[in-house]
Amino acid sequence: MSTLELTASARLKALLKNRYAQLAVLVLMLAGYAFAIVAGVVGSPVGSSNFSIVFVWIAWWAALILVAVPLLGRGWCSVCPIPIPGEWLQRGNVLGPHGRQPRWRGLRWPRQLRNIWLQSAAFLLLALFSIVLLTTPLVTAVVLGSMLVAATALGMVFQRRSFCRYLCPVGGFIGLYSQVAPVELRVKDKLICISCEGKPCYNGSARGYGCPWDVFPGGLSRNTYCGLCMECLRTCPHDNIAVNLRAFASDLNQPAGRLDEAFKSFVMLGSALIYSAVLLGPWGALKDAAYRIGSSAWFVYVVSFLVIICLVLPGLFALCASPGRDARAFRLRFSRLSSALIPLGLAAWIAFSLSFILTNGTYVLASLSDPLNLGWNLFGTSGLAWQPLLSAVLAPTQSLALTGGFVWSGTLAHKVASESRISSVPAVLYAGAVTLLLMRLLL
Amino acid sequence: MRIAPTPGGVQAGSSTRKRRFAWLLVVVAALLVAFAPFPTGMGAPPPIHRLISVQAGQYAYAPSELQVNLGDTVTIELASTDSVHGLYIDGYGYSVQADPGQVASLTFVADRPGSFRFRCNVTCGALHPFMIGKLSVGRDTTLLRSAGLTVLGVLGLLLIRRQDAVAGGVP
Repeated sequence: MSTLELTASARLKALLKNRYAQLAVLVLMLAGYAFAIVAGVVGSPVGSSNFSIVFVWIAWWAALILVAVPLLGRGWCSVCPIPIPGEWLQRGNVLGPHGRQPRWRGLRWPRQLRNIWLQSAAFLLLALFSIVLLTTPLVTAVVLGSMLVAATALGMVFQRRSFCRYLCPVGGFIGLYSQVAPVELRVKDKLICISCEGKPCYNGSARGYGCPWDVFPGGLSRNTYCGLCMECLRTCPHDNIAVNLRAFASDLNQPAGRLDEAFKSFVMLGSALIYSAVLLGPWGALKDAAYRIGSSAWFVYVVSFLVIICLVLPGLFALCASPGRDARAFRLRFSRLSSALIPLGLAAWIAFSLSFILTNGTYVLASLSDPLNLGWNLFGTSGLAWQPLLSAVLAPTQSLALTGGFVWSGTLAHKVASESRISSVPAVLYAGAVTLLLMRLLL
Repeated sequence: MRIAPTPGGVQAGSSTRKRRFAWLLVVVAALLVAFAPFPTGMGAPPPIHRLISVQAGQYAYAPSELQVNLGDTVTIELASTDSVHGLYIDGYGYSVQADPGQVASLTFVADRPGSFRFRCNVTCGALHPFMIGKLSVGRDTTLLRSAGLTVLGVLGLLLIRRQDAVAGGVP
């Protein structure tokens, strides 16, 4: 399917290239992020009335999973404040390059770690403590602060945005699901990139910095690792970079076949399943086990969580990829086929998040009026009573998301299996079974 | 001048028609599963008055899953074992709150079928937003329709796969 070049509009292109506009958004985001940390420390210890919890886990999460990722892919990464202080220090400047750069170490990220295994591990680590993280403002503040410190420290030791690319627990799944989004940044003509001298999009020039995400735009074929920072739009001397509107999930027509990305799809699908049971299910003992960190019940929960995500889900799916004697070929088949689960995984997260967000949405308005719990009523909503929103349409919308995600995944599984000359029946049945389980838990 | 169609072209055209027909069948069946009215009344038990005692404690209800029939008059007697807890029924919008050691009751007619979460509506501690139970009223038609659509999706995908296999030798 053809694409529509959005940057053909001179105004939009100028806006995307404008460093001042980007800086204004980033400064606003950074201020909001810092405020969330402060509110987590000094605000109410009750999660549902603390700005930090309400804005991060309800407002931001809703914007991310319901809008930003499905529609803009890594759109959030382009305005994320976490790497910004580190990047400013790394560059010795807050705007375009000029003068001498500071002498940080500027190391390359270790070759063995140039994958998303660490991101999956970081996500799993947070996921094991998620019920405490979601309900305890101080813990949320500590995690937000730690991510800022880690990104800044790594920015001073390693080149480019190593934290975003290889460590950020959120960035991993945004990258995975960004393949579904109908927006992409690509080069217009790859031949121009081949003959381009100096490759300023990757190495930088007087116009701008080399790709902060360590990607050569000329080789881009998927959204996964492009942070949409627009630096290459500024540096390309041949006007060869475009932001396009395209069909949904175009990237999944050519799955990469990487094992780390395959594993990530099981981490995300499994987490959606487990969260649906723990957070939204009627089983008090399960919530208690997840909350009482260090208790024997919590250790059972941790082991079960990891076994389901790391062994059960990928293990059963491995049977769908026709295991054979040629381990290398099997690994490729498995990795490529697992990309079919990406739409279902995203749909599962949308269905799960809808329930959580619509139920607790009124807390956002109340918190906005009194963000530090000082008795303010800035917008007249601080006394707003809790009330679930749109209860009547919640279940049908979740059903639509899950059914749509399943059909999309099944169609992709059929396509990928056909290309790999294996049967798609087991993968379709697997996706169907997971969908039914999600429906049982969420509806 | 007319050009006679090649045998391959005829086969491809037939395959496309079959594929379109299969898609049409699946879509029609999906619309039926999603919107056809469920038979009501037949075999349904007559409405009764149900008295259900529910204990609320941090952060769970006991019992946590309630099942009633459509049309039943339901009285929930809520007792709290520790702090103040509430019980709000999603979809119905009814609620009740109980102080520790006191029983509070809520009576309503279960006139909407389906599965509804009930949850604490009094901030009661860290896990308050996740203190949840489940009320099932009659048949959960949303779940049944959703499951039906998924099963139909599996069958549809397998049917289309079979046609592809016949047309192109796919395993």
